[in-house]
Amino acid sequence: MLEIKNLHVKLEEEDKVILRGVDLSIKAGEVHAIMGPNGSGKSTLSYVLAGRDGYEVTEGSANLQGQSLLDMEPEERAAAGLFLAFQYPVEIPGVGNMTFLRTAVNAQRKSRGEEELSAGDFLKIVRAKAKDLKIDADMLKRPVNVGFSGGEKKRNEILQMAMLEPKMCILDETDSGLDVDAMKLVSEGVNALRDAGRSFLVITHYQRLLDHIKPDVVHIMAAGRIIKTGGPELALEVENNGYADLLAEVK
Amino acid sequence: MAVLAAKANALTARLEGMSLPKDGWSAPARKEALARLTEMGLPSKRDEYWRYTDPSTLTASQAAKAAVFHAGDEPPVFDGVDRVKLVFVDGVFDPSQSDDPVLAGVEITHLSDAGRADIHWARDLYGVLEARGQNPVPRALAALNTAFSTQGLLIRATAKAARPISLIYIHDSEGSDAMLHHCIKVESGAELTVLENGPAAARINQVMEVDLADGARFHHIRAQGRDHERRAVTHIFARVGAGALFKSFTLTANGQMTRNEAVIELIGDDGQAHIAGAALGDGVFHHDDTIFITHAGERCESRQVFKKVLKNGAVGVFQGKILVKQGAQKTDGYQISQSLLLDDDSQFLAKPELEIYADDVKCSHGSTSGAIDDTALFYLQSRGVPKSTAQSLLVLAFLAEAITEIEDEAIGDDIRSRLDGWLNRHER
Repeated sequence: MLEIKNLHVKLEEEDKVILRGVDLSIKAGEVHAIMGPNGSGKSTLSYVLAGRDGYEVTEGSANLQGQSLLDMEPEERAAAGLFLAFQYPVEIPGVGNMTFLRTAVNAQRKSRGEEELSAGDFLKIVRAKAKDLKIDADMLKRPVNVGFSGGEKKRNEILQMAMLEPKMCILDETDSGLDVDAMKLVSEGVNALRDAGRSFLVITHYQRLLDHIKPDVVHIMAAGRIIKTGGPELALEVENNGYADLLAEVK
Repeated sequence: MAVLAAKANALTARLEGMSLPKDGWSAPARKEALARLTEMGLPSKRDEYWRYTDPSTLTASQAAKAAVFHAGDEPPVFDGVDRVKLVFVDGVFDPSQSDDPVLAGVEITHLSDAGRADIHWARDLYGVLEARGQNPVPRALAALNTAFSTQGLLIRATAKAARPISLIYIHDSEGSDAMLHHCIKVESGAELTVLENGPAAARINQVMEVDLADGARFHHIRAQGRDHERRAVTHIFARVGAGALFKSFTLTANGQMTRNEAVIELIGDDGQAHIAGAALGDGVFHHDDTIFITHAGERCESRQVFKKVLKNGAVGVFQGKILVKQGAQKTDGYQISQSLLLDDDSQFLAKPELEIYADDVKCSHGSTSGAIDDTALFYLQSRGVPKSTAQSLLVLAFLAEAITEIEDEAIGDDIRSRLDGWLNRHER
């Protein structure tokens, strides 16, 4: 599904190198987790894959189902099946959440040559999916993420994911700012989308999210590289011992 | 003295060949207006009040030509609204294109008939609010209008009008130079909506005097013409009685020169005055909103909400003032002017002013200039929304606060969908 090879990335404005040769291969249906200390480059990796401005790829490649992501505009990556759940979902005053969702869904359908959803059909689908995530009608009417609590923002991200039905989902610290109940709700939303044709990359600091969203593979990232890869037990090791031992091991 | 002489000379040149209409009840008002005008002379860019907008094309003795804009197959603004249509072509009323001016609770007559009929209520209004609005800054072009305008409507509402009155201004000749003067009186407890759309002429000078009796309600929604080369100076002079409501919204897209002035006086207690504008400017576009709201009564509320989207060197100007007179306690005044600059070439010039002589008052004002929020743009794109669509969505969101000032939902939606169409067509 996602093949990242020797990815090197620096900040466009400064000479600061952030990713120094990331290799990652995620097969269809798999759930991978990336853990790592602050500043290791986890969020940068997610932004570079989604196509945010401000980064320069100096070496390497990233392919989604054989298509090179790095040459595409962000909206083309989305249409190709990539989805990034933001660590800090953006507030957009003046744009209704429902308008936003419908514009996004129909833009993607259009770019895939499918017919746009009618207002009625769209409403039916969005209401059903929102109900599962305990998102009420009021949240759908309000401007995108404006006045939403931390938990509401994250649930709104998952709702977008459920509506857009991407193939490759990247969750950037979706657990940050969530209480136990909200984390459970969000995880259930993610698990409901798990499917043989859909892959996940879960970026997190804490093992607790991985109790709910069980990964197949766990990677440890440090200083812009993946330094260790293993099974779910690797996450437990980090939880118990921190990163110090792992970092010492590679040095 | 050189400045005064220049003003007087400019006026002499402007008035050459013009003669004051002498018949009927409006004659004394015209004579007084000419006297005011002679004292003021015509403004130039050296006047503080015209510091950000060069009035020379508006004061010139000859109007520059302006090509007529064809909107293609796009239906005109307010097309879906059930209304009484009154059409002016190049500033002259055209009965053949107009509806019968029959609306229960509303009397509609023409300024051009003023010589024949003595319309008492209009006599007490014509030029009266304009003259009140000449203090503290002279508005010479409005006095010029009062003195010489022979076209316009005299509208008096005595009950709640079932339909809006829609003034349609067609620009037909590329050399047209027009003046329109409307007087509107809404009696106690009555309610009236006036719609205006179209460029009117290559150059238009317009005055609208609005007198709202106690408890009257008045809604004004205007879409100025999109002819790229047209020039307009418009003035609203409004007097708002106790418990009365005044609401005005203007949409401006294109036009080489637009100066929209509004002078609103809240003379009774518990009155409300809201004035808002949304403007889209591209290239040689100069758009100026100059607003003066006076609070003279207690517990009145006023709002000024102006948003401008500018690109390719377009210039936006906002001069807005709230004056709270002594004794106007519990005043609630709000003023916001914002611009969205889509490139580095465009300019927004703002002069917000508050002058307060009462001690128990709530007044806030703010003015900002900014670019499109890149983070929001990326967020939308990351959901699959193409960049151009995402940009229009954010531009509409920026304008939203001004558009929500329109009380009628259907009319607000019409304005919104129109903007949406223009923005999307523009981007492609």
